[in-house]
Amino acid sequence: MRELTYVEALRECMSQEMRENENVFILGEDIGVYGGAFGVTRGMIEEFGPERVRNTPISEAGITGSAIGSALTGMQPIVELQFSDFITIAMDQLANQAAKLRYMYGGKGNVPMVLRTPAGSGTGAAAQHSQSLEAWVAHIPGLKVVQPSTAYDAKGLLKAAIDDPNPVIFYEHKLLYKTSSEDVPEKMYSLPLGQADIKREGTEVTIVATSVMVHRALEAAEVLAEEGISVEVIDPRSIVPLDEETIVQSVIKTNRVIIAHEAVKRGGYGGEIASMITESEAFDFLDAPVKRLGASPVPVPYNPELEKAMTPQTEDLVQACRESLQRA
Amino acid sequence: MLTSVELLPEKSKDDLIGLLKEMWTIRYFDEKVDEFFAKGMIHGTTHLCVGQEPTATGPCAVIQEDDKITSTHRGHGHCIAKGADINRMMAELFGRSTGYCKGKGGSMHIADVEKGNLGANGIVGGGIPLAAGAALTAKMKNKDDVILSYFGDGAANEGSFHESLNLASIWDLPVVFICENNQYGMSGSVKEMVNIEDIAERASSYGIPGVIVDGNNLIEVMNETHKAVEHAREGKGPVLIEAKTYRWKGHSKSDARKYRTREEEQFWKEKDGIKRYRDLLIQEGLLTEEEAEKLRKEAKQDVEDAVTYAEKSPEPGLDTLLEDVYA
Repeated sequence: MRELTYVEALRECMSQEMRENENVFILGEDIGVYGGAFGVTRGMIEEFGPERVRNTPISEAGITGSAIGSALTGMQPIVELQFSDFITIAMDQLANQAAKLRYMYGGKGNVPMVLRTPAGSGTGAAAQHSQSLEAWVAHIPGLKVVQPSTAYDAKGLLKAAIDDPNPVIFYEHKLLYKTSSEDVPEKMYSLPLGQADIKREGTEVTIVATSVMVHRALEAAEVLAEEGISVEVIDPRSIVPLDEETIVQSVIKTNRVIIAHEAVKRGGYGGEIASMITESEAFDFLDAPVKRLGASPVPVPYNPELEKAMTPQTEDLVQACRESLQRA
Repeated sequence: MLTSVELLPEKSKDDLIGLLKEMWTIRYFDEKVDEFFAKGMIHGTTHLCVGQEPTATGPCAVIQEDDKITSTHRGHGHCIAKGADINRMMAELFGRSTGYCKGKGGSMHIADVEKGNLGANGIVGGGIPLAAGAALTAKMKNKDDVILSYFGDGAANEGSFHESLNLASIWDLPVVFICENNQYGMSGSVKEMVNIEDIAERASSYGIPGVIVDGNNLIEVMNETHKAVEHAREGKGPVLIEAKTYRWKGHSKSDARKYRTREEEQFWKEKDGIKRYRDLLIQEGLLTEEEAEKLRKEAKQDVEDAVTYAEKSPEPGLDTLLEDVYA
């Protein structure tokens, strides 16, 4: 198997798909010779040309809206939104158009588009370039929401997102772009949306973690393993649709659950997952309260120590597991 | 054929008469809807285009079957002009399962994607980027479709208007932007909200042609749109057309029209585009007074028939609530 970075996996998926499927094209700011703000599209304009790797002006609503219009009429656009914070500028087109057209038009019209965008803090980009707003879009019926945590998942989930006849918001994470998976097949593969992945099996406490938090959960599991505590780490991979069954079954097995995301805890998607668990058959199996870890309710600060203090770190996850286990 | 007026493209006598009937259908449809709202027979809200019929009918009269449109919250006229079945439109307003959106969209969301009506839109300016995108499809698939994007003077102050005109311009997209300047965005007079005389002037900011037409003159609307459509179809890029018109009714169902005078309304009503076109056809010898009257009554009856169809149509079952939901 080949080792590939997250960026390379995304690029390989798009390139392979574009070689096979002439309806697929990419549009976004600086995705041409610049190669995208994070280098994801590097080299693609050279292979596919400026018609299919379409450099746009700085017009997030226009880019997103024209992608929706092109999807509605037979193309399969991939929008690269430079930073996920800019989704705010494209929000009318996403929330009021892309998400609603099919239902609002009585089942007519598909919007097979993917909006790829990097989220997350940890790069010192401060308040307007570091947010994790996935709960915003997950709240809107009509948008699928994907958060790959590894290079392997990134390639397979992006393929599923492209093939999906509906709009998919595909959240990449800036800190994950340079991370690698050792097992990324060259041959195209698809990972179904709505299928969680058990990143580590365990028996005593479950951590449901998304995106970069998956890696911190795995680190925490390592630390706790040394203390003889067995942690199961579940990565939902997509929060809409959400694989409730895998989460519920894990909680029934471990009787304890921590939910961790980088987004601000208040109103974050962890609340939805926590409620889902307590409303499920897993409730009767809980030996401790469901615990959520998320960012403090502040704009992302610039100072690296403050930035780090805002979001859950590995030690916070370790601590949360210990606390959960101390509850009878 | 018209003899004293040049019309581009040429239309047969039947076509020309059909356009008169279409405008009457649009008027009677919206007047009927107005009546039903007043009586509380339709719920929700609606936006009527009475007085603006030529700006709906004219552009759609000069495009081809595969060409597409995006419409607005004030979209019944656009829908009818693009060939919608008024029975299914009325059924939609009644919230019935036979409506275009199976009763789930209502007045502001009527669409017929397969027939090239990419939808009315409840968000001011919301459809303009969609039009640019549909035009992008046409360009990338080497089809010669042209997209008409209808919007109002209010939408010309939305970012989506500016972003879309710029995108369409730099990419030479085959889209004709039709600004129906009906003088008001709800209560906001265009004179208060825009500091230039003509919205068409904004075209120059994007390096595209801007054209002003009398929106109450069907022939002028058709001629100028035809030129713009051909320009776009030839790959020369978009055109912005500003059609000066007026909505006779209020913004939506509950509007006392305090922001304008009855004299101003009367001034515009005297420009009635339907009457002008009717008189032209009679003057040109294409229609007699009697035939015109017969045609008018037919249009009125068609709307009555649509009401009957809607009333007889079933309500959507509650089991359809989650139909067409994928996420």
